[in-house]
Amino acid sequence: MDLSTTINGVHFKNPIVAASGTFGFGDEYNELYDVSCLGGISSKGLTWIPKDGNEGIRVYETASGMMNSVGLQNPGVRAFVEEGIAKMRRFDTVLIANMGGSCIEDYVAGAELLSRADIDMLELNISCPNVKSGGMAFGIKADVAREAVAAVRKSCSKPLIVKLSPNAENIVEMALACEEAGADSLSLVNTFQALAIDIHRRKPVFNNVYAGLSGPAIKPIALRMVHSVCKQVKVPVFGIGGIATAQDVLEFIMAGASAVQVGTANFNDPLACRHIIDDLQTLCEKEGIHRWDEVRGCI
Amino acid sequence: MNYIDSTVISQHQLTEDIFVLETERKGADAHAGQFFMLKAWERELTLMRPISIFKADETTLHFMYRVVGQGTRKLAELKAGDPITLTGALGTGYPVEQTTGHVALVGGGLGIPPLCQTAKELTAKGVQVDAYLGFRDQLFALDDFEPYCSNIFVSTEVGEEGYRGYITDLLKPGQYDTVYTCGPEVMMRKVAALCAEQKTPCWCSMEHRMACGIGACLGCSIRTAEGMKRVCKEGPVFPAHIIF
Repeated sequence: MDLSTTINGVHFKNPIVAASGTFGFGDEYNELYDVSCLGGISSKGLTWIPKDGNEGIRVYETASGMMNSVGLQNPGVRAFVEEGIAKMRRFDTVLIANMGGSCIEDYVAGAELLSRADIDMLELNISCPNVKSGGMAFGIKADVAREAVAAVRKSCSKPLIVKLSPNAENIVEMALACEEAGADSLSLVNTFQALAIDIHRRKPVFNNVYAGLSGPAIKPIALRMVHSVCKQVKVPVFGIGGIATAQDVLEFIMAGASAVQVGTANFNDPLACRHIIDDLQTLCEKEGIHRWDEVRGCI
Repeated sequence: MNYIDSTVISQHQLTEDIFVLETERKGADAHAGQFFMLKAWERELTLMRPISIFKADETTLHFMYRVVGQGTRKLAELKAGDPITLTGALGTGYPVEQTTGHVALVGGGLGIPPLCQTAKELTAKGVQVDAYLGFRDQLFALDDFEPYCSNIFVSTEVGEEGYRGYITDLLKPGQYDTVYTCGPEVMMRKVAALCAEQKTPCWCSMEHRMACGIGACLGCSIRTAEGMKRVCKEGPVFPAHIIF
């Protein structure tokens, strides 16, 4: 079967995208396998002002998952445009620039610069749970998100993906607000805000107290959210949340997603994306699937 | 670095909670102070486990580790013939190539194992090596250091053998051209301070929780005098003056 799919006019050779924050800018994983086999790569989350990220423990294993509080450590949008993009362009795959932020002015400045750069799509992260000043608020309140997305839409000439937080007050209202504000597509879900406690120190594991939970533990909830959103919006959706196998990919597509992003699974198996792509071909043939629209949103 | 489907050759228990796992090397690179991400499970656990190279022979790798949680417990259950995946060798190790003269290796606890491969590589290029090994109570790995060291100094904090106290009490960095250290941060901080007083170059190996192990996720970044550095990529070995 031809695994390719087109989203917002952008051709993906398959629906597997490496999720932001788990794959850097692709070059480390490219030492292990040819990352040009991927449908796309979403870059490490960029901010207008470079960030050092959070102090203390940043990653922590949990049952069927992990928590992270990296805090958007990144070289800034400008450095990415000047140096990062050319490096990522060595890979024959869709280049998605993921951008986070804590105020609308920074989002707009970043979107303007990235619109003039050689990227395929912009993924607006309104949902990072690990940035103290405001990053989360955009992801929680639909009205706040609407304002941010509308502002970025005006200054962004690239296809605009808006990445949603599962911590939104109401994920469907959030999705509709972003769609109305001009999102070309949505990606969901980011990590779930969670807590880990070190009982010996009688302190939270993470300096920020709360951190983001990801991995197979969140998959069924993410799948439900993708399903609910896909029933209500017209724009394409990238499903995210604990995807680790080709079967998981088909589940998200049947729930309505047009493509998926794979994150935490890369840490369990550094070749995870390649394994999933290979298995997906076999699984589709086994299940008698010939075209994505035969099964997309069938649930 | 490579992703390697390997096989366990042997497993030895040294103390109540310290083990040595021997695996096939399968042509992997392996240098002093580097590490591998080990995995001997499917998705029962999420993350691979970073373990330093204790010894690298032509065809095998040895990893010494302490059982501290679920991952190392699973590693300790492995038997000869069991499959294991190795991603590596990873990170930047000790600068053996640029080191000459007389070197002190200062290790504490589970910081001791990576210094064994280091001693081997230094000796092979003609560097004279003294080892300062600090244990809590039980000694281990001394036989492994023996062939590569001119002198081995041993301390125990609460044990019966060697000097009773901290290994840093025995170290006089002025006698050495370079000092490499690996162990608890409090010990390495002391070693770095002693070296700084004598203007002896000092290299330390940092430990950190990791997710990807290959430099992509920034889960192990630490603040240094030269900005944020990834323990898994620019490290784990750093010049001590940028850390302490």
